[in-house]
Amino acid sequence: MKKTNSDSSPLGSKSRRVFLKQIVSGTATTLMIYASGARGGHKIARMWKQKSTKHHWAYIIDVGKCIGWGGCVRACRQENDVPEGVTRTWVERYVVTEDGVYVDSPKGGAEGFEPLSEDLKEKAIKSFFVPKMCNHCENPPCVQVCPVGATYKSPEGFVLVDNDYCLGCAYCVQACPYGARFINPEKHVSDKCTWCHHRVKNGRQPACVEACPTSARIFGDLKDPESEVSHILQEGIWTVLRPSMHTGPSCFYIGLPREVI
Amino acid sequence: MYDLPHNALVNFILPNNEEVWWSLMIVIYPFLTGLIAGAFVVSALYHVLHLKQFKPVANFALIAAFCFGLFAGMPLLNHLGQPQRALQIFGTPHLTSAMSVFGYVYSGYMLLLTTEIWLIYRKFFIQKANETTGIQRRIWYVLTLGVTTYHPESAQLDRRLARILAGIGIPWAVLLHGYVGFVFGSVKAISWWATALQPIIFLSSAIVSGIAILILMYTFIHWRRRVSPDYTMIKKLAIILWASFLFDWGLEMLELVHIWYQDSHEWAVVMPLILGPLYGSYVWGQIIWLSAVPVFLLGYAVLYAGNGRGMLFLVNVGSFMLLSQVLFMRFNVVIGGQLISKSARGFVDFHWDIFGKEGVLAAVILLTAPFITYYVLSRFLPIFPKAENDQS
Repeated sequence: MKKTNSDSSPLGSKSRRVFLKQIVSGTATTLMIYASGARGGHKIARMWKQKSTKHHWAYIIDVGKCIGWGGCVRACRQENDVPEGVTRTWVERYVVTEDGVYVDSPKGGAEGFEPLSEDLKEKAIKSFFVPKMCNHCENPPCVQVCPVGATYKSPEGFVLVDNDYCLGCAYCVQACPYGARFINPEKHVSDKCTWCHHRVKNGRQPACVEACPTSARIFGDLKDPESEVSHILQEGIWTVLRPSMHTGPSCFYIGLPREVI
Repeated sequence: MYDLPHNALVNFILPNNEEVWWSLMIVIYPFLTGLIAGAFVVSALYHVLHLKQFKPVANFALIAAFCFGLFAGMPLLNHLGQPQRALQIFGTPHLTSAMSVFGYVYSGYMLLLTTEIWLIYRKFFIQKANETTGIQRRIWYVLTLGVTTYHPESAQLDRRLARILAGIGIPWAVLLHGYVGFVFGSVKAISWWATALQPIIFLSSAIVSGIAILILMYTFIHWRRRVSPDYTMIKKLAIILWASFLFDWGLEMLELVHIWYQDSHEWAVVMPLILGPLYGSYVWGQIIWLSAVPVFLLGYAVLYAGNGRGMLFLVNVGSFMLLSQVLFMRFNVVIGGQLISKSARGFVDFHWDIFGKEGVLAAVILLTAPFITYYVLSRFLPIFPKAENDQS
């Protein structure tokens, strides 16, 4: 079969058309990657950095050790300048009776708890305290729903918010099943626990962990096989909050009673 | 009185749940967006089904939709904590988010609507630019985009292009209204929102509110102009409204019955929600008074009330009630979902803010603005064909 000049020539019209098509599709692909990846949860960066990260942080809460003192909440407020009316971490008090479950968390437990009423004391079958915070999920719904990728999962396991990029739309606040997020009333952007990222990257522990007098809060590196969190998680006696949500929390609970939602 | 969910002894809400983060602005955003739907219904009737009877209201439906569309994004903008960053959603949309391409879907539809209106009114703009002088001529000239001659071929081309845009606009409108529902339906953390039916419920309720507002505006404008309305056309719209609402109501009930019958974790919080904080606005407001009553009114109007003023009255009362039903539905979905604390053991109190940034006054202003815009536009554009007995 005979070839026409334009077919055989590398600069023929068909080749030029193919070349132009490739330029257009290449540009479009680059733009799409930029749009979805550059701000969008840093996906591309994560793909490369995942394997090379030095740390993979995790947080463990030993419910049996929490005494509801509230020092962790106060330390968090002070460390992170948390405004009144919202909180990055809180402690819930549970009193289980035959009539039902009593739960409270006045001011997030920052000032401790008032003594229980006599009636409740008499009816109590068991009582305990449960600290809560952002679960820094592996599959975070807050990151999924952020319309501009201002909230993202860092390669080392932190779920963070870019304050300079957040729109303050509160979609992430709605999407979080744990009630861990809020709109900062002073900055008007989404806010939540960062596991004290600024401290951890300088080799320190989160403020709440440092403040806990009973070591109910444990923070550590899963990539260090000798760390306390690695040992505890290897033992396998832990659970997470609301597992049915399939968010893959990185906050693990030891001794979590079934009454806790 | 109702029992608290999950065996709770006291109303326990999480510390960060004390505020309803999505307030009245997010209630009126899907409501205003839904009102645009009237245009695509009339467009489908006239352009696709070739029902000539709807020709006199085709331009009216487009202009009304344009006015509602202009303000549909405003509540969102007003709601943002950092509104100056709003354009980031166009520049860096995070594509896993159900909200990320709303900017494109919404502004694309508005662009399409504006172009369609421009093509329809191009002849009029040219005529005015040639008739007027001074500053008026300059304004009309800008609207002609510099082309001041109009040939029969131009008319033919404009008509063809407008029809193509109408054809694209119908599926686009379906996408727009369904998408608004998906923004809510995809939030798995909120039991009252998370249902695959949400997009279709939002679409069908948008159609209901879109037709209802057209009927109300049409009747009001004709009453003000002292022009006899087209009763037959109104009756046909009323039949479509009635059928659309029966479908919409059926879906709303199906969603509720489905959660109830499954008796799952969702029902444990939804049942006390609708028997508690939402009892008045949902059970009595949305389901009984504003649904059952207009179904009977419209049913009677389209089946037995003839083609006169009695029918028109019943259809208008029914339309007003259905418009209110959709507003109640938006409130019950948006606010209702957030009343369930994520503790799953208590309900949040909703406080009516009157003068605040996202308060009742701001909502009323935003809901009124499209009507004022329509009034202003109607002073300059011929929206309805000139009737013989027109006294305006």
